[in-house]
Amino acid sequence: MSDTHAQSVAFVRDTAIPAAPAPANETGPVKWLRENLFATWANALLTIAALFVIYLILSATLPWILGGVWTTSSLSECREVLAGETGACFSVLSERWNQLLFGFKYPSELYWRPTLALVMLFVAAAPVLFFDLPRKLLIFTALYPFIAFWLIWGGSILVPIVALLGVVGGYLVYSRFVTQSFATGFFGGIVAALIVWYIGGFITEALAPANPMLAAVPSRDLGGFMLNLMLGVTCVSLSIPLGIALALGRQSSMPLIKGICVIFIEFIRGVPLITLLFVASVMLAYFFPPEANVDLFLRVVIMITMFSSAYIAEVIRGGLAALPKGQYEAADSLGLEYAQAMRLIILPQALKISIPGIVNIAVGLFKDTTLVSVISMFDLVGMIRGPILASTEWNGVYWELLGFAALLFFVVCYGISQYSQWLERRLATDHR
Amino acid sequence: MADTAETQKIETPKMEVSDEVAISIQKMNKWYGAFHVLRDIDLTVYRGERIVICGPSGSGKSTLIRCINALEEHQKGSITVDGTLLSSDLKNIDKIRSEVGMCFQHFNLFPHLTILENCTLAPIWVRKTPRKEAEATAMHFLEKVKIPDQAHKYPGMLSGGQQQRVAIARSLCMRPRIMLFDEPTSALDPEMIKEVLDTMIELAEEGMTMLCVTHEMGFARQVANRVIFMDQGQIVEQNEPEEFFKNPQSPRTQLFLSQILGH
Repeated sequence: MSDTHAQSVAFVRDTAIPAAPAPANETGPVKWLRENLFATWANALLTIAALFVIYLILSATLPWILGGVWTTSSLSECREVLAGETGACFSVLSERWNQLLFGFKYPSELYWRPTLALVMLFVAAAPVLFFDLPRKLLIFTALYPFIAFWLIWGGSILVPIVALLGVVGGYLVYSRFVTQSFATGFFGGIVAALIVWYIGGFITEALAPANPMLAAVPSRDLGGFMLNLMLGVTCVSLSIPLGIALALGRQSSMPLIKGICVIFIEFIRGVPLITLLFVASVMLAYFFPPEANVDLFLRVVIMITMFSSAYIAEVIRGGLAALPKGQYEAADSLGLEYAQAMRLIILPQALKISIPGIVNIAVGLFKDTTLVSVISMFDLVGMIRGPILASTEWNGVYWELLGFAALLFFVVCYGISQYSQWLERRLATDHR
Repeated sequence: MADTAETQKIETPKMEVSDEVAISIQKMNKWYGAFHVLRDIDLTVYRGERIVICGPSGSGKSTLIRCINALEEHQKGSITVDGTLLSSDLKNIDKIRSEVGMCFQHFNLFPHLTILENCTLAPIWVRKTPRKEAEATAMHFLEKVKIPDQAHKYPGMLSGGQQQRVAIARSLCMRPRIMLFDEPTSALDPEMIKEVLDTMIELAEEGMTMLCVTHEMGFARQVANRVIFMDQGQIVEQNEPEEFFKNPQSPRTQLFLSQILGH
């Protein structure tokens, strides 16, 4: 073909065409508008209709928000100030601010303690969330739970120290025996920790100072958004490792371990969270020895953790199933042990696949912490429904209070979601 | 057919093959459920030997070499690798696996790790080699397979041939005494097959003990000192490549060779 049409096809360019600017309606905002808002007649109509709806919504809410009153001390005063004009009664937020955040029983002179714990939480979480940060910061992360516990609950400093010693002792025993077999190390570590805690329990009791450095605050005095944050952070950070363990256990070739994991997951998933919370608040005491007075906060943490770990386990199982069998075989063929293969090869990939699912559950869990209001714990929603709306001053200020609660939760959950998207981009190495 | 296998047993090693036994398989049998995949496999591999295993698909050749490093369990008979009897003891299995390198059809590199990390992972965690030393070894072998400049890329950025060469380097970093290849070129384009085969030939010239499941008959002719033909889970025929290709004894082998070389 090429020889028959050689003459007509041959062509040599001798002058270059200079680059010209694009037509005005093909660049910048004009182009964007044309393509996105006014591409066709139907499209243009929809744009105008949408603008009208946006106008309706804003014209109703903006005056309400902008005309809001912030300084009165009751709803009736709000109404006097507004004198028939549209406007929100935000005074409830400014007046009950501390109650919304800390609950109504936490001693007001001690508010600095949970606030400091929150600030330290950001420092402690940073090296876990952003792994480009120096790894030494993880030491602080490891100490953080004990520091936060002491700050929030106060009391004898011996309690968190004994708890820390138990964990350290358990870890030492574990690392000493894990070379023999994982089971020996694991159970040896648990036994060692229990022994340290048991002995430590007597020591703390004997040495408990009458006036501890930080005044003790009982769990029932915790409340407000602080309670939601505490439950959310504790349960998410506990349920992810438990979920991983359950997911691996469910894949195990040992029938006993597999059976326990399957039964646990299927049972917990089949029961509503509210039911579990009622069990925590009313019935769980029956399962502990009579002299053991297990804190309500701890009981709720156990229940929510169990609940979400069952879901996380299933999400991670999906991630494990998505890995090609070749990855397991390659790890095996290099002589890696089971624990090494899981930690270095399988889990990093499976967890990466599971990120959207895990975040989904973490966000859901955080919002579900408001359910504790049902078992008469005064979290943010519990505070709003209970002490604030029931008071004579603020009876009937629904929109402002619940809108505020929604906003607080939205900010946190949206932050988690944005973080997870960043994480997925950061971990994208496979270029498929 | 089974008696042909017996009569064809040859133990006349070509160059550089020692009398030292690297792998000894005796009366090994394997079932998948009720399906009898491997039947009475008897095979002795001497150190320095290069064996090519061929046969139709489903003949059990991949299963056979996967049994050698316990990726598959055998139910009867014995496998001894480097003097260690393969049993269900995990310590034994891990020991054998760290001595035996394996390359897969689909490379099975770890996509979340860089090429260098792929190569240093096992030496660091299994052999407890210091990181610096492991990286030096890894670079040495990456140079050998001619891709040191890709060391800090991820597997997904490499071509199939490059990935397979990385997989070979990754196995070599463990300093294995035996290498198993499970159809290393079957998933590759013709151009890439050559670069992988060249790497394998170089390895063979250095005296590595190799068991290779492949359909690359040119490779078998050039490198192997024994070709094994398998069908229906049995070793049907084995011989020196020269004899094997020129003068196949069993009718099944003749048919297979006429099909594979006929075009």
